[in-house]
Amino acid sequence: MELAVETAFTPWASLAGGVLIGLSAVMVMGLFGRIAGISGITAGFLGAIAPMTRAPRDRDWRIAFLLGLIAAPPLVMLLGGTVTQSVPRNLLRMVMAGLLVGVGTALGSGCTSGHGVCGLARLSRRSLVAVLTFMAAGVATVFVLRHVVGAV
Amino acid sequence: MRLVMGFFSGLIFGLGLVISGMANPAKVLNFLDLAGTWDPSLAFVMAGAMTTAFIGYRLVWRRKAPVLDASFDLPAQSRIDRPLILGAALFGIGWGIGGFCPGPAWAALPLLAPGTLVFLPAMLAGLWIGARARSNNFLAAKGALQ
Repeated sequence: MELAVETAFTPWASLAGGVLIGLSAVMVMGLFGRIAGISGITAGFLGAIAPMTRAPRDRDWRIAFLLGLIAAPPLVMLLGGTVTQSVPRNLLRMVMAGLLVGVGTALGSGCTSGHGVCGLARLSRRSLVAVLTFMAAGVATVFVLRHVVGAV
Repeated sequence: MRLVMGFFSGLIFGLGLVISGMANPAKVLNFLDLAGTWDPSLAFVMAGAMTTAFIGYRLVWRRKAPVLDASFDLPAQSRIDRPLILGAALFGIGWGIGGFCPGPAWAALPLLAPGTLVFLPAMLAGLWIGARARSNNFLAAKGALQ
């Protein structure tokens, strides 16, 4: 099993990055009148997922948004920055994680961005409950995996 | 214009994810690991993002309509129901297993880590399955769907 990768505490970079994420959420609201929830945007992009995307007419900006997301790391590297990343290497584990994240965000109508950033900024009670639930579930899962099962 | 601004919004979101460290699963997993290699950085990401959105939303809501669309479309649902709790719990478990939530998974795609390359299709499949489950209504016995 993989060892936990230690990461440095980066309050200022994280705060600055958070402000950019918030700014993007404000842009999506100001320009398109929508919540910048990535699971919702992804569902809109998929299109086949009818219950999560109300109007196919606004699939255009969602696809462009996802392309923008994907373009970010190459842009950082072009500008001379480094993108540090350590993704768990156990592929079965990542397939399970992906399935759970997909099913969970579809059922719960949102993820870290939709409920966490946009929902809390709107003071939505539903989003607050969702955030507390997924945070608690995430903490419990990591605790069990790392400290009970010993699989990091 | 919609495409350009959509792309630009996504780019800024992605830059935020990269700069904040949120696109790095190791950092996310350490944030969730209160009893081990705890890294509180992500609390700062949330604080920065929420505060900015809280203020920014109230500024843009002064307009009658968004710039490139006819109306603001906010979630109308306010009931705290079973799909919300169950979905958030499943999402949290997946987040704790893989260290990815949807935004970072997209932003991590161009780095082509094998873990990302299997996570993303699995997430898309999961989204499809989850949406089917919702529309089949078997999880919303009380008719709580929109």
